[in-house]
Amino acid sequence: MSEQTNASPSNGGQGKGKGWGRRHKRARTSLHAAGEPMVWLTGGALAICTLMVAGLLSLVAWKGLITFWPSPVVQVETLDGQQFMGEITRWDDYRPEEGVIANLDPAIAGAAEAQLEARDGWVERRLFRTGNFRITQTHFQWVDAYAVDEETIPEWAMVMERLEWGRFYGFPEAFLELTVVDSVEEAREVLADLQGSASRELAVVDRRWQDGSEQELLLPVSELDSAQGLVGIAEVVREPEAIWGSFKEHHKSVRALWQKRRDLEEYDIGEINHNQERARLAIREAELAVQRAKDAGNDSRLASAEDSLKKAQANFEQVEAWTTEEFQRINREIDRINEDNGRFQLLMRTAGEGTIAPASTLQRLDSIVRAYPANQVGFGEKVGIYLSRWHEFLVDAPREANSEGGVFPAIFGTVTMTLIMSLAVVPFGVLAALYLREYAKPGPVTSAVRIAVNNLAGVPSIVFGVFGLGFFCYTVGASIDELFFAANLPNPTYGRGGILWASLTLALLTLPVVIVATEEAVAAVPNSMREGSYACGASKWQTIQRIVLPRALPGIITGMILAIARGAGEVAPLMLVGAVKLAPELPVDNLFPYLHPERSFMHLGFHIFDVGFQSQNSEAAKPMVYTTTLLLISIIAVLNLTTIWLRNRLRRKFSGGHI
Amino acid sequence: MESSISSVDGAMDQAQSVANVASGGGQENPLDAIAEGRTLPSNIHDSIRNEEAVLEIENFKLWYGDKQALYDVSMPVPEGKVTALIGPSGCGKSTLLRSVNRLNDLIDSVRIDGRMSLHGDSIYGPGVDVIELRKRMGMVFQKSNPFPMSIYENVIYSLRIDGENRKSVLDEACERSLKGAALWEEVKDRLDDLALGLSGGQQQRLCIARAIAAEPEVLLMDEPCSALDPIATGKIEELIDALRGEYTILIVTHNMQQASRASDYTAFMYLGRLIELGATTDIFTRPNQQATEDYITGRFG
Repeated sequence: MSEQTNASPSNGGQGKGKGWGRRHKRARTSLHAAGEPMVWLTGGALAICTLMVAGLLSLVAWKGLITFWPSPVVQVETLDGQQFMGEITRWDDYRPEEGVIANLDPAIAGAAEAQLEARDGWVERRLFRTGNFRITQTHFQWVDAYAVDEETIPEWAMVMERLEWGRFYGFPEAFLELTVVDSVEEAREVLADLQGSASRELAVVDRRWQDGSEQELLLPVSELDSAQGLVGIAEVVREPEAIWGSFKEHHKSVRALWQKRRDLEEYDIGEINHNQERARLAIREAELAVQRAKDAGNDSRLASAEDSLKKAQANFEQVEAWTTEEFQRINREIDRINEDNGRFQLLMRTAGEGTIAPASTLQRLDSIVRAYPANQVGFGEKVGIYLSRWHEFLVDAPREANSEGGVFPAIFGTVTMTLIMSLAVVPFGVLAALYLREYAKPGPVTSAVRIAVNNLAGVPSIVFGVFGLGFFCYTVGASIDELFFAANLPNPTYGRGGILWASLTLALLTLPVVIVATEEAVAAVPNSMREGSYACGASKWQTIQRIVLPRALPGIITGMILAIARGAGEVAPLMLVGAVKLAPELPVDNLFPYLHPERSFMHLGFHIFDVGFQSQNSEAAKPMVYTTTLLLISIIAVLNLTTIWLRNRLRRKFSGGHI
Repeated sequence: MESSISSVDGAMDQAQSVANVASGGGQENPLDAIAEGRTLPSNIHDSIRNEEAVLEIENFKLWYGDKQALYDVSMPVPEGKVTALIGPSGCGKSTLLRSVNRLNDLIDSVRIDGRMSLHGDSIYGPGVDVIELRKRMGMVFQKSNPFPMSIYENVIYSLRIDGENRKSVLDEACERSLKGAALWEEVKDRLDDLALGLSGGQQQRLCIARAIAAEPEVLLMDEPCSALDPIATGKIEELIDALRGEYTILIVTHNMQQASRASDYTAFMYLGRLIELGATTDIFTRPNQQATEDYITGRFG
């Protein structure tokens, strides 16, 4: 008190004389005490984090979502007479290097200099997706804005997505129902037949060199004899509208037949190969048994082994005969479908690319995945195209070195791998955490184990990949091969990367997450509950099983959510233990034993890396990277939301809605 | 538990206390003597000697690490009666209670010496099956601790862990226990609801139902009303009154009125010693020890 009254003058008059407290009355709480700056600091930190996450997600979402939207096809003619036609994919401003302008064609140089002047040394350019790789050896073309002489949006420009060679941009010239012929005589016969029945115009299809490229041309029937490379006789539809109509009429059924052919190739031939392989392996197994019996010097076993070897050989011959027959049958079927489908062709004419003159070329209808007159389709049809592209993306296998087609195998691989990983890591991690928290005596050893587990989370994931390769593939896998798949050696069965080993490697990687989460959850179970259980005469295990685990389950599932999020997004270790660019065979299929955990697989994360950085056609692959990323994020989100839903249900179940 | 080392300790303690009593003389305030670390003999009324004892505690000592928490406690717990343990905070009431069903075993640093027996069976003897032993007792805790499961499963928990799965037996036990805990009327229509949805007082009665489901020989209650409002407390006290005669109850309480209302016998503890034990009426009206009187009249503690 006396100190108070003697307080230094700097305190001012406010506190003086009161005597009942050490604290002075102030006009307001000081800035420091109120913590206003800290509020701003914390809020600002959160805002920046949110902004970055939201920015990244919206970039991925936007770029991923627009990838499949059909854009109009633009045709430009440059001042020096070059032609380009395609979809504009992006715009760019750049500063041309010195000397470039000087070397330009005089027709353009003037325009270029004018733009340079006007735009302060910058020029604009646009990237055209021109397709027609077979003719130009490029998919994309930069066109400088100053060089453009005339720009049109041609009415009947068509975009075609093909099974091979990427996109095609051109104009429809004719829709053909073709009869292939080998000789002029045969052509005459066909002509005679058709002239009797067909109501449509007939023409001769001829393949020849013209204007520096090989192209297919239609000749009038009268010029049959002047054909240089006779392809066949065709019934012709000419008008673009009629061509588009005929295309729509036939395309679906042709594609359905094509799908049937692909199924034959994939499943039926796959099954034949599988059976043949199994018969071959049976022989090899029997041979090995004979060898073993010989080594052991056991005569009776040798006899029976030789007997079964003979049986296996007989069986193999049987299978072989059946195989040959089946092969022939299926090949006949495939040939028939091919012939059927080959009748329908589109004759397309390019707009001419750069200095190359326009050319006509035949496109088989069954090799066209999708075609549409880009500048004709309305909004509804665009939505249809957009959705059909998404559909293809989600359910089809990739083609063209992964830069086109779908990613179904990668989706399947990612989800399967994540599920197997969860199945492996959760029980394992929970058991380990239970021992660590409930049974192990606290002490230096327990602490050391705990620290080691936590440090495991900091080990670079590629190290886990190396470990997985060395331990699972080359040690465990090789032993399994020796024991159970000796007949297949030296080809490894389990002794190489596969979805099982990848899942287990990731399970190791995510183990710390599960252990730490489980430990926290178990530690958070109130001791009063444990004591209550003990007081009822429950043993330690009964208490854990009936009280601790149910109560800790939501927390354990939180660990699982974190593990899934970490595991599904991991790529580096997968490259070593089984993820591949292209895995035509899924880990689950129709061939005995239906589950193939030893097979390598595709993974969305690895797919992103592969498409984005290993692709030859990187411009075309870029949008696919965004789309695939969007898909991967969505899949992880769906997996997590499912688990969160599960956790909330359990939480309600075990904590009465209070917590 | 009854290791030779701790026996030696005990013997030394006793020798020391005898010496202290001898040197201290009779005139000194016994509480001061205790505070100095000496041990005085407990004052146990003769009235309790006539009762049949279910639980017998003899020369029980307990240490948490180096710190001794119970000094030579000896007392009988009479059958079918309610025995209350009172005393200031930290005097060892709860420790003693938790020693009866060996819940203190869960604490690594605990060391004990002395004997306890339940119906003549040693509690701390070598080779005693603790789990079987605990099944013969029920316990109610300070804070209600229903398990994260349905009301029904909570009540029959001790039967379930015994492997009892016959529905008729379980249903019967559930109804009997809930009626015994005066909760049946309130919850009979929602036995499958989560126990955690009950109110605090109901939760505590549920815990009592759980404790009596296996028909224990002794019911241990560790301040069962300390977290409850007066109305819920009243209900629990009524319940204790109703259970009297059927069950032997050992209850720890901080509430003097509760002890006087609800118990037949009262034991007063101070700094780990049992000071006085006798019929509740005697303890509250004419205690033999000055310290007891000081405490119950609120002069200290």
